[in-house]
Amino acid sequence: MHFRFLITRLFPALLAAAMLSACAGGGSQTVSEEGIYDPYEPGNRKVHRFNRGLDRALVRPAAIGYSTVLPDEVEDSIGNFASNLGEPSIVVNSLLQGDLRGAGNSTLRFVTNSTLGLFGFFDVANEFKMVQHNTDFGETLHVWGVGEGAYLELPVLGPSTTRDTVGMVVDLFTNPLSYTVDEPEAYYGTVAGVASSLSTRGRLTDTIDAVLYESADSYAQARLIYLQNRRFELGQDDPGAAIDPFALDTEGF
Amino acid sequence: MTLSRRALLASTAAALATAPLQALAFNENDANSLITALVGDINRVIDSGKGENAMLRDFERIFARYSDTSYIAAYAMGVDGRRASNAQKRAFSDAFQGYVARKYGRRFREFIGGRLEVNQVKRVKQWFEVSTTAFLQGQSPFNVTFQVSDRSGKPLFFNMFIEGINLLLTERTEVGALLDRNGGNIDAMISDLKKLG
Repeated sequence: MHFRFLITRLFPALLAAAMLSACAGGGSQTVSEEGIYDPYEPGNRKVHRFNRGLDRALVRPAAIGYSTVLPDEVEDSIGNFASNLGEPSIVVNSLLQGDLRGAGNSTLRFVTNSTLGLFGFFDVANEFKMVQHNTDFGETLHVWGVGEGAYLELPVLGPSTTRDTVGMVVDLFTNPLSYTVDEPEAYYGTVAGVASSLSTRGRLTDTIDAVLYESADSYAQARLIYLQNRRFELGQDDPGAAIDPFALDTEGF
Repeated sequence: MTLSRRALLASTAAALATAPLQALAFNENDANSLITALVGDINRVIDSGKGENAMLRDFERIFARYSDTSYIAAYAMGVDGRRASNAQKRAFSDAFQGYVARKYGRRFREFIGGRLEVNQVKRVKQWFEVSTTAFLQGQSPFNVTFQVSDRSGKPLFFNMFIEGINLLLTERTEVGALLDRNGGNIDAMISDLKKLG
């Protein structure tokens, strides 16, 4: 997939789909006690069925094949290459969040790994105790006080929220690399990104299969897992975590 | 110095009154040692190299020993627990324990060659949160937090979070979905649960 394709075709399509599901309505207009706000649930469930079909037919077999064929070291290197190309975007977002330490860390990591790490194929910065920190424009919006909004399941990309979807689109435009790298090289990052996602899907086959194919309601499970994990990453309080073990009648269990 | 009878009686009474209190006072150390022992047992099962079924039986025993099983089961059943008979509650608890051991035991297999380390213990209202880090091969370290209370009379964990993902909520969602699928029939949900995980 080419970057220009992403911004001119895929994302408008995704947004249109998100807006369609927004029009579908019928979901709950209130926040549940687990802190879930999913007014577009019927539309989201349709997208979920599509994503599950896509995973079963294409992504899962490709990911398992990819993970089986390639030695772990090669997979790691491709993953490193892809995440190194993401560092400039992390620098931009860290700055927007006023996180100078994070911005400095990611700048040093990018410089170190692009040179000593041979174009980013090796994460040598990690050996120098510069541990990767991750952030995105969704988090920047959170830091700026924007609420998470409604839950959305995006075609191909999976669980998100209205805030994080806006963040993803903005991140596509604000990655400094997309303005400095020319045509053929611009493909490398995209290809490595897709490969790295396949690698993650392949390595976590059992865990992801358990959620998608073994749970009674894979949509509800994926939604809960995504929202809780995202809130944890952003350091937010999880309304579901306020469970008082003394406030329940366990008689008979 | 002579001890008056009254003073002696008073000090004996005071000693009797405080002795059980001290034995019961639930603190950071209890929460910490429970989770340290739990982590040790899990690591031993992983390192034992036993077959999968034997490992899963071991995990079920560990779950029964270290966790507040009746609380976790009652929470997972949620409001539907109120219309369940005692026999159904018992059957649900048993089925649920096996299900949890299978489901999470399979995940622990990914722990082979890895380790869990206890970081810190912090008090939250009447219970403690024990935060640990899991180091797995080929993955970035991630956080696993246990919540420990002495609600049942001894320290046991009643909830677990993996990178913020809450076991109680996850399983309540799952049990709720199983009930929906079976039109609210508790017995049918229990028999489904026995096949899952």
